[in-house]
Amino acid sequence: MAKRSTPEVNAGSMADIAFLLLIFYLVTTTMNVDSGIMRTLPPLAEQNQKQEDVKMNKRNLLFVSINSRDKILINLKDPVGIENLTERAKDFIMNPTNNSEMPEFEEVEINLLGKRRVSKAVISLQNTRFTSYSMYIKVQNELTRAYNELRDNLANKEFSKSFANLDEDQQDAIRKAIPLRISEAEPKI
Amino acid sequence: MAVMKKKGSSGTPPISTASLPDIIFMLLFFFMTSTTMREVELKVKTKLPVGTEVQKLENKSLISYIYIGSPTKTLQKQYGDRPRIQLNNDYKTKTEILEYVVAEREKLSEADKPLMTISLKVDNNVRMGIITEVKQELRKANALKLCYVAGKATLKDFYEQ
Repeated sequence: MAKRSTPEVNAGSMADIAFLLLIFYLVTTTMNVDSGIMRTLPPLAEQNQKQEDVKMNKRNLLFVSINSRDKILINLKDPVGIENLTERAKDFIMNPTNNSEMPEFEEVEINLLGKRRVSKAVISLQNTRFTSYSMYIKVQNELTRAYNELRDNLANKEFSKSFANLDEDQQDAIRKAIPLRISEAEPKI
Repeated sequence: MAVMKKKGSSGTPPISTASLPDIIFMLLFFFMTSTTMREVELKVKTKLPVGTEVQKLENKSLISYIYIGSPTKTLQKQYGDRPRIQLNNDYKTKTEILEYVVAEREKLSEADKPLMTISLKVDNNVRMGIITEVKQELRKANALKLCYVAGKATLKDFYEQ
């Protein structure tokens, strides 16, 4: 048989095919990675142990309530602007002046950091049915920022690095030294 | 001048397009790896709030979404503009959240079940009443890890907003 050379496959339409696929992917997929404020809800309380949770030393508790007109009240009497909330929270958590009205400390043994005084502060966030979500997120954000800044400060002091640059163990130690305690109160129905 | 301008055979050769498919394929692969499939068709408006302390949500497979907001413009005639809860592709009532969470949890492997995160995509203008109710339902379903989805903003933009 005579040798026949196979003709070359025309690759001219390859680009068109690839374009088609590309456009398909552009249309059907999304680029954005979501980001958000992470929270853990408290487990649903059993009927009989409901009362115990409430019993907590009053000085350890900071009530932050947002009313239906998006105004923030601290401890039900003290109005505060959103700009000052972070500072108030930081002050409360660390209690730098050892004020007897503000949270007490407990000695905790922490890996890498040794014995430390850990604040028992708990921030309790309350809102009404008519509080707007945007305000709620703002307050959540400001409270998170208070904790993050405190952790950053401690990280800088102990390891001379910012919190984000620490390794897993160090971050854990800092987290234990400044535990994030924001409780969302049981809704009043 | 006229001498310099030669016509005919010595014109610039056509640009080779042989590498065009390669370039396009490269782009294609870039998009294939860096994007994710759109999960659902949104039936509610969700203009997300912004925050400065947001964290990236890493593992997409562990996340289930709950959307809350008023119906989109075209659907408002039919459904009104009261905020609605959207699960998967439909409006649902809050009592159906439990079922949804259980179904979503079933999809995960045994080891991943406790790590399941509920991502709340809620419109800025929604009032907290509906969200509190949803949160109570989530507690009943024992889905305790949740994330309020928000965009990233600088501190300055955050206060001005």
